Amino acid sequence: MTDAIRDQIAENEARFVDISGVHKLFGSGKSRYHALAGVDLRIAKGEFVSIIGHSGCGKSTLLNLVAGLYQATTGSVAVNGKEVTAPGLDRAVVFQSHSLLPWLTVLENVMVAVDSVHPGKGRQFRLDEARKYVDMVHLAQHAGKKPPQLSGGMKQRVGIARAFAADPQVLLLDEPFGALDALTRGSMQDELTTIWEKNRKTVMMITHDVDEAVFLSDRIVLMSNGPAAVIAKVVDVPIARPRTREALLEDSQYLEIRKELLHYLIGTGMHAAA
Amino acid sequence: MIMNTEKPIGQQPFNERPKPMVTGLKAVQTKVSSKAKPAAGLPPPSEDPERTARMRDRARTFIMPVVALFFFGLFWEIYSSGDGVVLPGPIKTITQSWNLIAHPWFDNGPNDKGLGWQLLFSLQRVATGYSLAAVVGVLLGIIIGKSAMAFKALDPIFQVLRTIPPLAWLPISLATFNQAQPSAIFVIFVTAIWPIIINTSVGIMRIPADYENVARVYQLTGTRYFFKVMLPSAAPYIFTGLRISIGMAWLAIVAAEMLTGGVGIGFFIWDSWNSSRMSDIIVSVFYVGMIGLALDRIVARIASLFGTRGD
Repeated sequence: MTDAIRDQIAENEARFVDISGVHKLFGSGKSRYHALAGVDLRIAKGEFVSIIGHSGCGKSTLLNLVAGLYQATTGSVAVNGKEVTAPGLDRAVVFQSHSLLPWLTVLENVMVAVDSVHPGKGRQFRLDEARKYVDMVHLAQHAGKKPPQLSGGMKQRVGIARAFAADPQVLLLDEPFGALDALTRGSMQDELTTIWEKNRKTVMMITHDVDEAVFLSDRIVLMSNGPAAVIAKVVDVPIARPRTREALLEDSQYLEIRKELLHYLIGTGMHAAA
Repeated sequence: MIMNTEKPIGQQPFNERPKPMVTGLKAVQTKVSSKAKPAAGLPPPSEDPERTARMRDRARTFIMPVVALFFFGLFWEIYSSGDGVVLPGPIKTITQSWNLIAHPWFDNGPNDKGLGWQLLFSLQRVATGYSLAAVVGVLLGIIIGKSAMAFKALDPIFQVLRTIPPLAWLPISLATFNQAQPSAIFVIFVTAIWPIIINTSVGIMRIPADYENVARVYQLTGTRYFFKVMLPSAAPYIFTGLRISIGMAWLAIVAAEMLTGGVGIGFFIWDSWNSSRMSDIIVSVFYVGMIGLALDRIVARIASLFGTRGD
């Protein structure tokens, strides 16, 4: 392998998710809304990046652009060197509202993703594959239940299992624990770190929870308030892994980063309210 | 993203009265007292106020309609016993038409069959016309629900056509088919199809954006999209349409058969009128009502099996 090729690979991995000069406008004429005004962001392969900001700052818009559910008005979004033009299995989304199909069981909901990844394989293989991901989120006992019978946390775990079952290159989490109570949220975050430590997917997570962001991320991206939101600040989280909640509470770095983020958010929050 | 928690039109059970509040109140009281008192101090089940209230409510559900029916029959009997009233009273109706009631399956040739046969022939016409309407209606509904272009093109036409009374189609269909049987079936078809088309298209248009996004991200396309997202999501709407339609189809068949003749409950009623057999008409009308109710309940039952829709 020549140095040039090695450099190229390193370069590609450093900009595994490559968002450059992205503007996003919604609507037209008087009702036109400028959601994003020139966003540049690079996420390296295997990196866990959180996007944080106040409501309506365009965090979800940014995630939907990477998912391919929206198209950028100008600028480009690329994943692993490929321009994003449509949604695809390489960019699995865990939706805020869990978005499970209520008429399918837990296992069948996960099968939806498995069937798309392995269309040619036999039914037994696909069932085993789906079971593996249901087990991963500790729902084996509930595999035959339908979403309306599950608690909020369980539903979101199915959403996570479905996303992992797609075996994506990038995992997109859209405020995955936003609708959960504090205790459930904590245990879900623990579960997510454990799963992530094992397979180190590239993750882009939207959140408005500072503690969640610091606990989970390698890097935190702060967005300015909309309209015309931009990236205001990027904060590195150099805390060693694996992280535990108890250890973090004593960690001076953690407290420092947390303070920095809160300062920013409270400051912009006051500004937005004024 | 906001979930679509809106209930489809006609999903609410319209035949259920609100449960009496007293039951709920008593339930709370017993709970409180059971906590305060030791278990041994609880009244025996037969004296459980909640149970007694429930039993009383259930008894009323059965007794009240019987009471109402009794008074209805009484006033009818009194009215019919007046001078110069053609309408026979309930007792006279049953005695005069006893032959018809007791032997629904007699068969004395093509022009003299029991009520069972008459109803069966009508049901068979309805089944044919209604099934055709269901298949064509759901397909057309899906097309105009999915394609904005098709919706713009066809919706105005459907809005006009659906207001046409069923019998107005009969001369057109008689002229087209030249035969009574297919004409009657066509009238059923054209009566039943509009609610199916309209409800299906609404159901398709209201597939929640969340499910569409899931389908896009997880690459549910073609038949997988059709069976895993589209049909289940629109099912409650489709069944609402099917339920409205079965009622309308049954309404239309009686009228259509009166004009087309042949074996069938509609023509039987008309024939009875021509022969001044009033009691036979009353018995037939009663059966028409019972069958209509049964059809509605059957479709509602099927709908409740398929109409699962959670959040």
